[in-house]
This record gives sequence, C-alpha cells and structure tokens, in this order.
Amino acid sequence: MSAVVFARHAMTPAERLRDAGWVAFVGLILGIPLVGLTTVDVGGRLGVETRFGLLAAAVAAVFAGRLLLRWAIDQARNRKQERDRASTATAADRAHGAQRVVNVLGWVALGASIALPIVFSDNRYVVDTATTVLIYVMLGWGLNVVVGLAGLLDLGYVAFYAVGAYSYALLSTQFGWSFWEALPVSGALAASFGILLGYPILRLRGDYLAIVTLGFGEIIRIILVNWTEFSNGPNGISSIPRPSFFGLDFTRSAPEGGQTFAGFFGLEFSPMHRLIFLYYLILVLALLTHAFVSRLRKLPVGRAWEALREDEIACQAMGMNTTNIKLSAFAIGAMLGGFAGVFFAARQGFISPESFTFTESAIILAIVVLGGMGSQMGVVLAATLLVLIPEFGRNFAEYRMLLFGLAMVLIMVWRPGGLLSHREPTVHLNASGKTAATKEAAR
Amino acid sequence: MMLKMEGVHAHYGHIHALRGIDVEVQVGEIVTLIGANGAGKSTLMMSLFGNPKASAGRIVFDGEDITRVHTHEIARRGIALVPEGRRIFPRMTVIENLQMGTAHADPANYAADTARVFAMFPILQERQAQRAGTLSGGEQQMLAIGRALMSRPKLLLLDEPSLGLAPIYIRKIFQIVRELNRDHGMTILLVEQNANQALRVADRGYVLQHGEITLAGTGAELLASPEVRAAYLEGGHA
Repeated sequence: MSAVVFARHAMTPAERLRDAGWVAFVGLILGIPLVGLTTVDVGGRLGVETRFGLLAAAVAAVFAGRLLLRWAIDQARNRKQERDRASTATAADRAHGAQRVVNVLGWVALGASIALPIVFSDNRYVVDTATTVLIYVMLGWGLNVVVGLAGLLDLGYVAFYAVGAYSYALLSTQFGWSFWEALPVSGALAASFGILLGYPILRLRGDYLAIVTLGFGEIIRIILVNWTEFSNGPNGISSIPRPSFFGLDFTRSAPEGGQTFAGFFGLEFSPMHRLIFLYYLILVLALLTHAFVSRLRKLPVGRAWEALREDEIACQAMGMNTTNIKLSAFAIGAMLGGFAGVFFAARQGFISPESFTFTESAIILAIVVLGGMGSQMGVVLAATLLVLIPEFGRNFAEYRMLLFGLAMVLIMVWRPGGLLSHREPTVHLNASGKTAATKEAAR
Repeated sequence: MMLKMEGVHAHYGHIHALRGIDVEVQVGEIVTLIGANGAGKSTLMMSLFGNPKASAGRIVFDGEDITRVHTHEIARRGIALVPEGRRIFPRMTVIENLQMGTAHADPANYAADTARVFAMFPILQERQAQRAGTLSGGEQQMLAIGRALMSRPKLLLLDEPSLGLAPIYIRKIFQIVRELNRDHGMTILLVEQNANQALRVADRGYVLQHGEITLAGTGAELLASPEVRAAYLEGGHA
C-alpha cells in the first residue's frame, strides 16, 4: 500500500494513475458492503439487492477525486518551491502581491453582491441570508475599528447594535420618525453610548477591559428586559415601520395619499421588491461604512488607532492624546454598530432583547478575529463563513453549533493570524522610491 | 537653561521612587544619568513626561513649568522620548513609524525631516516599506531615535538606548548620540546602565541611587571618581 502514502516528491502522471488506482481499489472493497449491497423489504422479509451501478459511480468518483487531489498537492508543492526559490524578492514585493490578490477578491465580491439579487430575484431564502451576511459585515467593520485597529478588546459590542435598533424602534413607533430621519440620530446616540463606555475604561487594558465591556453589554440588555415602560421588556417592540424608497412604500395597496413602489414603476406587486430593496440598502450602508473606515485608516486618527494598538506608552511619548484616540475609536465603532442596529430593526419589523445577547457579541468578535484583525476584506470572508456555516449546517440539526465551533477551530489552526492577516501600509512607495505620503498623512 | 528639576518626588502607588531630585540640563549639553537597576532612572524620565506626575517639586522646561502638564502636551512642547526597550510600532512599516513621530509636528516639514532621518540612518531608507518588527534590535533602536527626531525636539531623552544590543550597535548608538549633539546641536539627556560609555560622551553626569542623586559632576570627573569606579565600572553594584 506504499503507493497511497504521501509521496515526498512530485509524482509523474503514471505514478498518479497507479496511486489513484490503488485508492479506487480500496474504495471498491469497502464499497461492496457499504454501497453495493442494500437491504430491501420484500413482502415482509428482508432481502438483499445489489446496486453495482451506484458502486461503479462511487469508485469512479474516488478515482477521479484522488487523481485531482494528488495533482493539487503537487501543484501546491511546486508553487511553494517556486516561492522559496524566488525568496530574493523583497518583503515589499510580496506584500504588494498579497495586496493585489485581496484587491481582486474585493472587486469580485462587490460584483457578486451587486448581481446576487438579480440572479436570485425570486429566491427569498438566498436574498434574506445575503442580507444577514451584510449586516454582520457591517457590524464586523464597525467592531474592526475598536478591536482590529485600536486594539481595544470589546466583548459588549452588541450593546451599540441594541442602542441603534431600539432608538429607531422607539423613534419610529412613538414619534413617527422615518428611517432616514432616525438613522443619523440613532447613530449619534450609539456613538454617545460608546463615549459613555469609553470614559470609565480609559485606564484598563486587555482582560480587564474585556470584562468591563462584557458587563456593559449585559447591562444594556438587562435594562431593556426590565425597564418595561421604556422598552416593553421581553415582549419587545413590534410593527416597526419599514423603510420606504424615496417615499414609495413596498405594500400591496398604497396608503392614503401615497403611492406604492410597484404602482409607481408600473410593476406587478411582489413581496420580493422589499427584500431586494432592503438588500441593496444594507449593501450601500456597508459600502459607505467601508469607504469611511478605509479613509479614516489613512488619516492621522486611523494611524493613531493602529499605533495605540501597537504601543500605548510610545504613543504618549509621541505627543498623542491617548484619551481622545480611545474615545474616538469607541465612538466611531459604536456609531457604525448603531447604524447596523437601525437597519436590523427596520428589516425585522420586530425587536426584543433576545436579539442582543452575548452570543451576538461573540460572533461579531469572532468575525473580526477570524477575518484577521484590522483586515476589511477578512471581515467579509469571515462574516460570510460564519453566517453560511450554520445555514448549511441546518441539515445536521442539533450538531449545527458543534460544526460551527469545529470550523472556527480549524480556521484558527490553519491561519492563526486570521483569514487575511496581511496589513496594508497606509503609505506607499512610488516609482522613484520616494515616499508618497498624502497631505493629511503628514499632518 | 533647557531643563530644571527641583526637589522632584514621584510615587508609584506606595513606592516612593524619586526622593527630591535636582537635575539641570543646559542648552547643547549631553547629560547622562547613571545608576543601578531600580535606582529610579526610568521613573525620572517618565515623571519628566508626567507619567507618573511629580508628587512634589517643580519641573521647568524651556522656561515653562511643566509639572502639571498632560503627558501628550509635554511631548508637544518639544521633548521627545526614545523609550526603554525601543517601543517601535512592530506591525507598522518603517516609514509609518517615522510618520507617527510627527503626530503633532508641522506637516510642511515632513519631507525634509524624513530626508534628514534617512541621511542619518541610511538603513532605514532601505527598509522603509518593511514591517518595523522585522528589523534587528539595532535597527529598531535607530528607528526609535529617528522617530523621536521627526518632531524636531528641543530636548531628546534616551532611555537605555544600548540595552540588549550587540557591541557593534552599542558603539554605533553612542556615535550617533555624539553626532546628534555635535553636528545638530541637540540637547540630550541620556539614561544608561553602560556607565563607562555614557560618561565618555557626556558633558555632565548624575549618579542616581535609591531615588536620590548621590553624585554629580562632569563626565570626566565621574569617570575618575572612586565611588563610580567601584560601583559601576569595576564590577559589583552599589
């Protein structure tokens, strides 16, 4: 059976065929009882039936799969050797290559996310799940400011999500504010909660910081559960108005003096219109978040966040006001979480404290860590994975979360620094070798 | 007078780390502070920076009392610190590290300052796109010094710049200290355990013991002093 053992060197095609043959043979032996024979009910008695067609297909699949696997292993090995040989390339070159891959990946993801509701325009499940992914992407990008860039471990991020969601829910149901009016106000409210949390924990670091933020998240949730007059307690708030498309509602019949989206554009009413609108809405919000955070990263405040993550004492020695740096990170992270919360409330139409448990904080944090701290593209990959794995895992019923945990462990073993741990410098070298620092970069 | 500390006391919780320190630094001088581990050298540097703040006494920098000023404000008034253990930003590139040194400086000077630092440390120019954490210890120390110089400080504080470096880099660092002072007129306060080298480059020196200044004099005087020789230069600690 030596042929099945991992070869130390790349195999010739003949060797690969022989190897695949061996594996297929083993598959055949194992497959006869497992696949080739099956028991059937023959008039109350147990009979045996043969399924040699299926067996042949399985063995063929094993053969092809093994060939492909060996080929892929050899390809990977060749590439690695090539890389080792080309190790004379400078670190900057390699970093540049990695960045290009990430950029391409980003454009592909953007294209796919724009096309998705068009391709799946009548598949409610896909559009709904994709919307969930985007909410988590946005939350991940928000938390990335606090954890990934500024290096402040926040275990209670869901509190700001809740503040945003409840702000919109209350402003709209109690005062009749529209989505677009409530959005900035709720964001500002969440930001002020961020500062509120930031002040007492300015002097804390690491584990202690994590514990206090964890407590803060719980305080907000417990207040929402118990302060019934304010938040309607565990019953939550229902019939939250949905956002409209420039004043056009997504209802079957137009409200008094209003018009429906379908009516205005002369379309036949479909409940999918609203879902697709919500999808594009969160896509735009997420893209704005991305543009905002990427821009901040290149501004002095963003670099100060990163410097703070690296070394607080050195920051002080450079004349940086670490108080302001921390508070700005908390405030901006919280504001983005608040925006996501507003969208969440508007999409669900119903919110209750149930939606804002510690598990949510943990998942958002997992997205940032699995994605690679500080990596914007990493957050997208991790959010997609963490939403889709439990979805695919639905077939496994109660083993779903086990699968989820296993996947997270495997990712961390495979890539300890996160899926994309490459950090893009905020200053680039131009062709002449001089530094091309933007004007504000030098400020 | 660049810097004057008068009867400065400082505490870390219950620990009385500085007990009435008097130190003066004149414009254009290299002043060194030597002492054993735990004598309070780093505390002295940090309390200059207001972290911890002096619990008694007065610190005057460039004619202004900075005893109660916030740490980041002190840096903005023209004191730059090269902290003990270098404390560069490891995941950021060399050029980004240098930029962080200009956090409060005039952006108009950025290009000129970068060029000046690169002229002083050509290796940093070569490595400018590299992550600072991948530099060798000596290169990191140069980066830390370069970063401090980016803000055009009036007074440069160097906290144990030779700590943990190979002998060749130690020589180089002391050479840089001398050049900075001679060619660029930089006023330097140097804290060192390497008393021999430090006293050789210094105009004046102070010996710190258990949070108190026990000896003061010119570099040459201290080098010749029997107490210093016994305690710091010929083995054995006080």
